[in-house]
Amino acid sequence: MLDGRSQIKRKLPPRLILSAGWLILLGAAAMLAPWIAPKDPLAQDLFLGQLPPAWVQGHEPGYLLGTDSLGRDVLSRILYGTRLALTVALLAGSITCIIGATLGLLAGFLRGWVDIMISRAIDIWMAFPPVLFSILLIAVLGPGLTSIIIAIVVIDWTRFARVIRAEAMTQGAMDYVASAQVAGRTRLSTMFTEILPNVLPTITVLLTLEMGIAIIVEAILSFVNLSISTDDPTWGGMIAEGRTSIHQAWWVLVFPLITLFLTVLSFSQLGEGLKDRFDPVLR
Amino acid sequence: MSYLTIRNLSANLKGRPDRILRNVSLQVAAGEVRGLVGESGAGKSMIGKAILGTLPLSIEITGGEIILDGTDLLKLPPAQRRTRIGQFCALIPQDPLTALNPSRRIGPQITNRLVDILRWTRADAEKRARELLAEVHIPDPERVMRSYPHELSGGMRQRILIASAFAAEPKLIVADEPTTALDVTVQKQILKLIAEMQARHGTALLFVTHDLGVVSKVCQSLSVLYGGLVLEDSRMTDFFHAPKHPYSRALLAATPKYTDPDGSLTPVPDAVVAATRAEVEAADRSAHV
Repeated sequence: MLDGRSQIKRKLPPRLILSAGWLILLGAAAMLAPWIAPKDPLAQDLFLGQLPPAWVQGHEPGYLLGTDSLGRDVLSRILYGTRLALTVALLAGSITCIIGATLGLLAGFLRGWVDIMISRAIDIWMAFPPVLFSILLIAVLGPGLTSIIIAIVVIDWTRFARVIRAEAMTQGAMDYVASAQVAGRTRLSTMFTEILPNVLPTITVLLTLEMGIAIIVEAILSFVNLSISTDDPTWGGMIAEGRTSIHQAWWVLVFPLITLFLTVLSFSQLGEGLKDRFDPVLR
Repeated sequence: MSYLTIRNLSANLKGRPDRILRNVSLQVAAGEVRGLVGESGAGKSMIGKAILGTLPLSIEITGGEIILDGTDLLKLPPAQRRTRIGQFCALIPQDPLTALNPSRRIGPQITNRLVDILRWTRADAEKRARELLAEVHIPDPERVMRSYPHELSGGMRQRILIASAFAAEPKLIVADEPTTALDVTVQKQILKLIAEMQARHGTALLFVTHDLGVVSKVCQSLSVLYGGLVLEDSRMTDFFHAPKHPYSRALLAATPKYTDPDGSLTPVPDAVVAATRAEVEAADRSAHV
């Protein structure tokens, strides 16, 4: 009676390997920045301003990705910028996820007045334009790492809450939930033992997606000069500075942009890849 | 002395006059198998859910008693009611495909309940689960316990659910259309299995179904339901020889006969339906006076 279903083995999807690889590389870069960065990211040298990257004519040895208009090493600044980007991604992403997913689970599974309150809050929240809202928040809170994280959490929790609520509602209607109830579990314990494991794949995908989004939001805020103090290198800040000298020194803009792009892409692919590999339900 | 007694149970859509159950009374003796038949929307599943405390939030019980082993469940505080139901009742659900948690292995899904709710030791619970899986004729129980639900067929999953329902030796099992989602050949095996398990464990069984053929195979008595009203309450043999209510008679006549494969299907006559509906409305009027 046993059929072949249990024999199916799933390979590690390439996108999982690639995205995880890139993110591990970034993580290492962030942690080891002081040792691997070739230059001091803040050191200026006006005689070495706007040096091109190492494969373009007119470069100087030691400046692999060139320098910006103040003579700061682009590679070193990207490496140091990784620290802020990843901190924001991990902290803001996880906090948003925990708050949003908890509210979504409660609303979707308990229903009743809990659902009504949370759902209305989501509706009202989503009517605010997010970028304007975050700029406003930072203006009130003052720039700094904590403010960025708070701004991202406050804006993005609805994304989790809405999706997880719908998912919890679907799972809540399944017979295995009724069985757990008959077996004497409380509503709350049912939520954690039966519903949560089944929305976990969705939470994972959303979480990694959110980490990417957090990086973009941080870059946007840096771009409008509302991130942390402007001395510390950030990817968004570098893109903003590079924009002004795009015709003379494209590399100042392009390299942080590529890093940002690859990172955000990797985060979203990581989530999908993890789900493909580990979600027990075959699709 | 019956094990389960339901007396004048009524249920409504919350905050609305729409009635779901109308003064339902029925009894299940210890070790008895009672069928609960009726067409879609008659409220048969709702009775099962009312007993087990899994009614949808939009439905509320407006009156009556559900007496399980001498205690009225509806009078107990929620926590006590839950433990009582968990201890003495179990459910064989309708759709085996959604009745197992897809993200957990089979073994823990059977044993967790024994360990968490009934405080068995893990080793005991696992031993018991293996025995039960063997009892429901599952080859290689060890391997099945390590499997995820999606790795097993529908029939296998229904067997597991049956095993799991009997695991804690409940006194009453509600089987909510346990064969409806299965194909005919598997249906027959599962019915046989439920009957076999019931006989071996002496459990009372409330068998919810719309299929009189199924009822005739496993039940000793049955209640016929229409519009949330119990029309008839008979011993099995009496019912098939001389159904008391015109609707039951029409329902029985509408059952397809395997001996007459060319015969066309007989619907329940409109006149009977109209008369029965009038009876339901009359019951409502007398309840309001």
